Amino acid sequence: MSEKYVSLRNLTLSYGKTVAVPNLNLDVVEGELIALLGPSGCGKTTTMRAIAGLLTPTSGTIAIDGRDVTRVAANKRGIGLVFQSYALFPHLSAFENVAFGLRLQKMPETEIRQRTEAGIATVGLAGFEKRKPAEMSGGQQQRLALARSLVMEPKVLLLDEPLSNLDARLRLEMRTELQRVQKKTGVTMVFVTHDQSEALALADRIVLMKDGKIEQLGTPHQLYAEPATAFAAEFMGFENIFRVQGENLVSDFGQLPLGFKATSPMLAWRPSGVQVGQGPLNGRVSASSFAGGHREYVIDTALGQIKADAPIETLEVPLGENIAFDLPKSNARQLSE
Amino acid sequence: MKNLTSWAIIGLTLTFLIGPFIIIIFAGASAGESLAFPPDGLSLRWYLKVFTIESFRQSFVLSMGLAIFGTLAALLLGIPAAYALNRYELPGAETIRTVVASPIIVPGIIVGLALLRYMVIPLDVTVTVALFMAHTALVLPYAVRVVSSSLNNLRSDMEEAAVLLGCTRLQAFTKVVLPNIRGGVLAAFILGFVTSFNQVPVSLFLSGPGVRTLPIDMLAYMEITYDPSVAALSALLAFMSLAIVFIAERLLGFSRYV
Repeated sequence: MSEKYVSLRNLTLSYGKTVAVPNLNLDVVEGELIALLGPSGCGKTTTMRAIAGLLTPTSGTIAIDGRDVTRVAANKRGIGLVFQSYALFPHLSAFENVAFGLRLQKMPETEIRQRTEAGIATVGLAGFEKRKPAEMSGGQQQRLALARSLVMEPKVLLLDEPLSNLDARLRLEMRTELQRVQKKTGVTMVFVTHDQSEALALADRIVLMKDGKIEQLGTPHQLYAEPATAFAAEFMGFENIFRVQGENLVSDFGQLPLGFKATSPMLAWRPSGVQVGQGPLNGRVSASSFAGGHREYVIDTALGQIKADAPIETLEVPLGENIAFDLPKSNARQLSE
Repeated sequence: MKNLTSWAIIGLTLTFLIGPFIIIIFAGASAGESLAFPPDGLSLRWYLKVFTIESFRQSFVLSMGLAIFGTLAALLLGIPAAYALNRYELPGAETIRTVVASPIIVPGIIVGLALLRYMVIPLDVTVTVALFMAHTALVLPYAVRVVSSSLNNLRSDMEEAAVLLGCTRLQAFTKVVLPNIRGGVLAAFILGFVTSFNQVPVSLFLSGPGVRTLPIDMLAYMEITYDPSVAALSALLAFMSLAIVFIAERLLGFSRYV
């Protein structure tokens, strides 16, 4: 198992004069499912297109399985890509869509038939061979696109926002499907997403990207529990992020005293980490909503708005009333800038 | 009352649109010697006579040839042009679009005169070649426009998908793009064919001794002989156009593309 199955070295990618990704270094482990996560414009899709060969790097190298493929054309790289829009061929049946790549390899007809049928069965579409893509549901189209890439036995399978066009139920189904297919085939998968819950649920490792650079790289657990920067923390649901200045927390609006000695330049709390109902700090309830197991408060404070989740058993504080709260040390996440 | 009014409007519109066609059909079916409506009794002799007039047969062959090969040439130029305009951000794309469309914007008389004065005379090309080039140019705007509109409906990531499955760019075009714009290409062919076949003003300038397209030949024939055969021929041509459009509609829903 190669630790550097896909290896990006000093990769710079640009569109015309606009540099989208400056000097990226990344190693993908063989057989892992890695997510490129970030907001739109962070360079994740650009990076994926470069791995696929659809975009030529300005500088740097891309190696796959030990071989430099930087100058290898997209159709000779042996990489699969499942497009966000699926990009199925509307004039061909499901069977012919999957057989398309195999036919180009001038394989004997019996082998094409065998591999195509196996591929269609792998994604659970047996019986749909004669359908045209337009006659299939969104989830079925997605699975067909997956099968079309998988039958080529790609070295790396790239997936562009694989769950974004599906409804909540299908999303769960497809997530399980992707994990099952990956276990079964052992193919290295790189997928691009802007949705942290997708990345957390699906990936073995997450590459969080910002402005074309890697902000943080780690397992879902590492990123969720230990975001290193304000950007990472915000992406992982730490909604209360403040700067530290001496004994105080400060924001653009004002400051509040900090109850303990901080060693990092920034501190962050999840809404669930804010203690509500008692504590040394005070604010006014500006919004309050019931969310099943807890109540979500928005509290106006000297720091601006603080979001806090209170256990449902606690007494409800009406809108406009004062509320006591605490930003406890135990729940604080220390952040670098 | 409201119903009656709308029926009257529809009736009048149809009369204006179809009326001349019906007049021509009956004028051609006259038993008399001169072009007149209502006809002097009914007979099919003028319809039959059309086929025996040598100059009509020659000019029909020329017009057919121009329409078929001129349109094919226009598609050969127009499909790559439409593709390039659609897929790449070309410098001056708008200018190219305008230039391509100019043969239908500039009046035919002017195009004809310009081609005669600045192409046919200085280059000394034969009449047939001049007609072929002119008809290709006249059909080109239709080819580019109709093919463009069907390319617009085709997402470009489909070609990228084909490339990643092993196609070259050219294979991606022939295996994925062409089959999906087939309807548009056929629609462009039919539009081009009809446009070329019915073309008068440009052909008028470029026709030479013994080489005339059918509409020009019919004009010339009428100046000398005022018999119902021209009406009969017109009716036959109208039926031919109708048949082509009808078949096209049946085969591929032609009206979606125009």
